[in-house]
Amino acid sequence: MTEQPQTMRTLLIEDREYETLYTGKFERRRHYSIPDPKKLHCVIPGVILRIHVQPGKKVQRDEPLLILEAMKMQNDILSPIEGKVKTVHVEVGAMVPRGTLLIEFE
Amino acid sequence: MPSSTPKHLEFLKRSTRALRGGGQKAIERQIAMGKLTARDRITAILDTSSFHEYDLFVEHRCKDFDMDKKVLPGDGVITGTGTLSGQGVCIYAQDFTVAGGSLGLMHARKITKIMDHAIKMGLPIIGINDSGGARIQEGVDSLAGYGEIFYRNTKASGVVPQISVILGPCAGGAVYSPALTDFVFVVDQISKMFITGPEVIKTVLGEDISMEDLGGARVHTEISGNAHFFARNELECFHQIKKLMTFLPGNNTKRPIPQAPAPPKAKYNVEQIIPAEPSKPYDVRDIIKAVCDNSDFFEIQQRWAANIVIGFARLNGETIGIVGNQPLVLAGVLDVDSSDKAARFIRFCNAFSIPLVTFVDLPGYLPGVDQEHAGVIRHGAKILYAYSEATVPKTTVILRKAYGGGYIAMCSRHLRADFVFAWPTAEIAVMGPEGAANIIFRNEIAAAPDPVAMRKQKVVEYTEKFANPYVAAAAGHIDAVILPADTRKFLLHAIQISKQKTESRPRKKHGIPPF
Repeated sequence: MTEQPQTMRTLLIEDREYETLYTGKFERRRHYSIPDPKKLHCVIPGVILRIHVQPGKKVQRDEPLLILEAMKMQNDILSPIEGKVKTVHVEVGAMVPRGTLLIEFE
Repeated sequence: MPSSTPKHLEFLKRSTRALRGGGQKAIERQIAMGKLTARDRITAILDTSSFHEYDLFVEHRCKDFDMDKKVLPGDGVITGTGTLSGQGVCIYAQDFTVAGGSLGLMHARKITKIMDHAIKMGLPIIGINDSGGARIQEGVDSLAGYGEIFYRNTKASGVVPQISVILGPCAGGAVYSPALTDFVFVVDQISKMFITGPEVIKTVLGEDISMEDLGGARVHTEISGNAHFFARNELECFHQIKKLMTFLPGNNTKRPIPQAPAPPKAKYNVEQIIPAEPSKPYDVRDIIKAVCDNSDFFEIQQRWAANIVIGFARLNGETIGIVGNQPLVLAGVLDVDSSDKAARFIRFCNAFSIPLVTFVDLPGYLPGVDQEHAGVIRHGAKILYAYSEATVPKTTVILRKAYGGGYIAMCSRHLRADFVFAWPTAEIAVMGPEGAANIIFRNEIAAAPDPVAMRKQKVVEYTEKFANPYVAAAAGHIDAVILPADTRKFLLHAIQISKQKTESRPRKKHGIPPF
């Protein structure tokens, strides 16, 4: 949690490498990856109340896939795409943190 | 009145009972936690024997939940006035030994009463927070109390300096009073600040975290930036408060009390700090110490967004606010946090008529998806806004790199710096030579038989032509190229002759900074 690890690093800005220390926050920054439309992740931590689909099920865009209870609200999680469910990665009753992979499409 | 009269004895009985706070057991528990009692904290901060307490006999009015049978001495908060280094201050301290320092209606009224005094009398206000939060038995009255405090924090903002000292829990809505004040002090293992505590986080989100890791002193001074000063214990914290107050005026119509002028210490040699190579780091605080009185630089938010340095120092005995890029950390770039940190400080200095001195050495804004998605455009704009808005004397010293948007943002002439000085090592350019050569000479480099050698040659050409202060000097964007050894001399003169500065702006209700 220390903000300044005391080792010199390099930072590339406009084609020049600077010798400098990193902050803890910079060190912990999330690296960007292109989102995969066939993977549905949990955007808010909560509990899975009900699952409406199973592997092989064809779904329409905006069709309810499961109910996630978060912040005392029951949230319908809708399908972001039209497609076929490949895997359901969670079970009813599971407490899921943010970013958990919920459902994969074929 | 003879001390044996019944009325005198009655007074003694009542005041002794009220001064006992939550009683011996609660006081022992408080001390066992490494904490001082509320009254001891006040007397430790203020000048000896200067504290005058008011509202000692205030009582709560709650009748629900058997509260009418409970006596809460002083309703859990101590309020009064006193002096700090001879200057008047208003102060309050929540008393954790009385019902956990919980905030009820009368507790809040004591605080708002002393805040009203501070605003009326133009005195700084110091608030010591040590409270379990809202007094649930008092329901919505307790919420009303918080709201009244927040309103006064906002009303007092920019009128009198406001200091918050977190010496215990400060959770839920309570955190917003410190958040609205100018400087927040925290102590290791004692201060705890959060909106929702670990228990709620556990039940609602299933995430396990300790109180210390969620909202301890280190978190707020290193990660969130909510606090400004970290101390290992309460006494060190009080020492920091006393020192800060010496730099501040009592209110926005006064000037800080000047101290005896003193030259910088000999061990800081301004000529031997900056490496010749523009990509090599150094500690900008060494430059600051090499030019300010007695090499005494009082840094604020030292551990958070360390790529920019802010704090108070003195020139010729008078308080100045300093902002400096820190090449030692993240090459001194501007990013979301450093812009936020500097902008708030600049606005504080402007509100209290404290002249600003800016030291510039940065490659620009930090590139990255995380920065763009975190709103570096909006946050970065804060620093432009704050500098442009500030009408206090503004002096800028460009030490080395001043590239692109970073050059503009760091109190350039264009944002109305009064004086812009540049060292001979300054490079004022649209970007660094490597980046510029790669763009301008892209075709030549690509077509060359040896692109690597060609690139090198073009970088050298660009460096010779543009990586200096003279292009900007020729355009009048900077006022003087000065030798490092003359920096203090130029700064002292600039501060001295800008004392009567006036600068008019269009009339408006208020601007709309990008926060």
